[in-house]
Amino acid sequence: MSEAIATERTAYNFAYLDEQTKRAIRRAILKAIAIPGYQVPFASREMPMPRGWGTGGVQVTAAIIGPDDVLKVIDQGADDTTNAVAIRGFFTRVANVATTTRTVEATIIQTRHRVPETPLNADQILVYQVPIPEPLRFLEPRETETRKLHALADYGTMHVKLYEDIAHFGEIATTYAYPVTVDGRYVMDPSPIPKFDNPKLDDCPALQLFGAGREKRIYAVPPHTRVVSLDFEDHPFAPQRFTEPCALCGATGVFLDEVILDDRGGRMFVCSDTDFCNGRQAAGHRGRLAGNPIESGEGADV
Amino acid sequence: MTGGTVSLATVALAPGFADPVFDAQRAFRSVMAAMARPGRIEPLASELAPPAPMTPALAALALTLADQDTPLWLDAALMASPEVAEFLRFHAGAPIIADPAAAAFALVSDPRAMPLLDAFAQGSDAYPDRSATLLVQVERFSGASLMLAGPGIAGTATFAASPLPDDFVERLKANRAAFPRGVDLVLCTANEIAALPRSVRLVEAA
Amino acid sequence: MYVAVKGGEAAIRNAHRLMAHERRGDPEVPEVSAAQIDGQLALAVDRVMTEGSLYDRGLAALAIKQARGDLVEAIFLVRAFRATLPRLGATEPLDTSNMAIRRRVSATFKDLPGGQILGPTFDYTHRLIDGALDGFAPPEPATAAPREEAVPRVTDLLGEEGLIEPSPRDDGSEPGDLTREPLAFPIGRDLRLQALARGDEGFLLALGYSTQRGFARSHPFAGEIRMGEVEVEIFVEELGFAVTLGTITVTECQMVNQFKGAGDAPPQFTRGYGLTFGHCERKAMAMALVDRALRAAELGEDVSAPAQDEEFVIMHSDNVEATGFVEHLKLPHYVDFQSELDLLRRLRAEWDAAALKEAAQ
Repeated sequence: MSEAIATERTAYNFAYLDEQTKRAIRRAILKAIAIPGYQVPFASREMPMPRGWGTGGVQVTAAIIGPDDVLKVIDQGADDTTNAVAIRGFFTRVANVATTTRTVEATIIQTRHRVPETPLNADQILVYQVPIPEPLRFLEPRETETRKLHALADYGTMHVKLYEDIAHFGEIATTYAYPVTVDGRYVMDPSPIPKFDNPKLDDCPALQLFGAGREKRIYAVPPHTRVVSLDFEDHPFAPQRFTEPCALCGATGVFLDEVILDDRGGRMFVCSDTDFCNGRQAAGHRGRLAGNPIESGEGADV
Repeated sequence: MTGGTVSLATVALAPGFADPVFDAQRAFRSVMAAMARPGRIEPLASELAPPAPMTPALAALALTLADQDTPLWLDAALMASPEVAEFLRFHAGAPIIADPAAAAFALVSDPRAMPLLDAFAQGSDAYPDRSATLLVQVERFSGASLMLAGPGIAGTATFAASPLPDDFVERLKANRAAFPRGVDLVLCTANEIAALPRSVRLVEAA
Repeated sequence: MYVAVKGGEAAIRNAHRLMAHERRGDPEVPEVSAAQIDGQLALAVDRVMTEGSLYDRGLAALAIKQARGDLVEAIFLVRAFRATLPRLGATEPLDTSNMAIRRRVSATFKDLPGGQILGPTFDYTHRLIDGALDGFAPPEPATAAPREEAVPRVTDLLGEEGLIEPSPRDDGSEPGDLTREPLAFPIGRDLRLQALARGDEGFLLALGYSTQRGFARSHPFAGEIRMGEVEVEIFVEELGFAVTLGTITVTECQMVNQFKGAGDAPPQFTRGYGLTFGHCERKAMAMALVDRALRAAELGEDVSAPAQDEEFVIMHSDNVEATGFVEHLKLPHYVDFQSELDLLRRLRAEWDAAALKEAAQ
């Protein structure tokens, strides 16, 4: 009886969510855009993938995506990481939309932990998956308290925490999910992107939407909005720098993954943004370990 | 509930979206683009033929955003036409209420006579999202020009719409001054929209 | 030369094939059916229905089979299925005083109208592994004439004396639904009970236990635990009256707690309430303890223990949310880890340099 119910329900609405849910999410998105950096509560649905695995980003994407969109999904900057593959597969299945790995071809880019290296344009929307949307959460675990602090724009504790870092370590010891101020009002968690990516949020031509499914919050940064990483006059914000170029494409000024090559200390650094790296290699750029390209087939995954 | 009380008048009821899923998705992308870039005019083509004085764009906005969870407030000009209320009740399933402060969306077809912006739900400092969105129908996007700045705008942008209340600039400034409380406006003609979210700042023309 | 790891898609496909293969177990052993799970692992089905918030035995049994017996995974499957179901209406409140009782025990009175009915219970069994259980034909159950009259609830009997707080009055307001609206703390008891009913049995058990050990001691007595069938009714506008859709099995627990009185409330017993689908007795009791603990602020008691902390309890009781976020740590985090590695190397170099300098002095 129930098996019959389960099997006959294979036809889901376009993009999985029902229209009433989409409307509720869409209304939350509009309020999020109108109040940049403010976390709008929304009735996050239970999705057919685990909480904490991108259900917020998936719901935002599902509420905005249409048949003309081209979707790119990245995790850690890469299109072929397992969870990115799974989410891309979900949208192919429930919305039958075109997908791409090329940043320049995408109209919607759903991401976890990175902002693409290729500058975004005004026709693109960047959807972030957010685990903990509250930048003050690690200072104050209670929503009832953090909500008051945001209402009063009372961000003193955050500054104190950052300054304690400086006193203790000589620098701000936050390397990812580094808090920002949006349009001079709300302190916002940019999601766990490396602080390397923080400058890309500022004055970005693309609309940036943030979805936290388990925590049931949506927030946004409209295009060309001032996004400032928190810092102090005597300790200005400084993104990470890498001393060597990408071992595959030779790029500098990009975020690199460290790859351990053997158990004798051998390691190399390669672009975290796989599309950017592939594009450079296709254009003839070579790093020190890419001299002799081999066709990379389907290897064993990790 | 949608279709809960279907009366004989339904026979004469103007149809809703031909394709509720994709028409709403397209209209939403227009309104999202408009909200993300205050003052910029976005097309909102709609085949809807709603009862007068509602324009197709206003009807498309309402059917895209409103449902049984969002009480609607209609201005006197819209309330004067019972077909408008029936169209919204039937196709959106939205309750229509008399108290502007309790409405999620306010539909205005006669902007000169519209209430002050703070007559509508402003949200609180803790929950500024619990505030109204005003869907305001104008005749054209031209007239006395405003200079806008703020999120969504690279530098400054100009914006004009007519007709608007004479003191519209003061009303917008007061709305911005209450930030993060306030209301958000989406203006529309027959087939175009533009938004003035509460984040927008008015600047003096240089 | 370095070749980047690729093939995520194929790896996922293969992993799922392997999982399906292992789920079947030894092909020489007959496959277990959903009907067998429903009948013979009935308490697992009850738990999945309760925490999955969906009363459908067959679906819950199928979910348990699909989840290879992992009940949290099965609850997750049921929840995701439930999220897509259309809402056709809301039923009338269940009337548990009209329950067709299969089990009913009270720890507060030796005998009482309706009597004590043990029903199917593990209580008083000797917990000795029964080597003869496999292939064992059970005896016919002892039977008695079914009870016709309604059995009054213990709390109603106490209520006649005015010694226990009355049930909250129906003020006509619609109960909330946390699956449709985001929570904003503080929340009402309606949403709290909904969250607790969906909450993880183990988490509520531990919290309830903590109240007994002094972290929000609430002096509980198991006023009554009853299990049986209740009718589910829905009011039909066109007919002007409620019609019965069917019956479901529920377990209800009413804890009776000491209360000295505060403000305008006289000294009286207070209540904690637990309700589950099926026969989830441990869950119903734990829920009732936690419900009572969470009423501390309402009753003017000090809020000092974890079980009394509404935001803490409600935000962490959902095992679908908790498992998702704990398990998400399996996902790649190498971008953030790289950032931390870089910072740590720098801090370490500075520390080493300082230590070296100190040693030189």
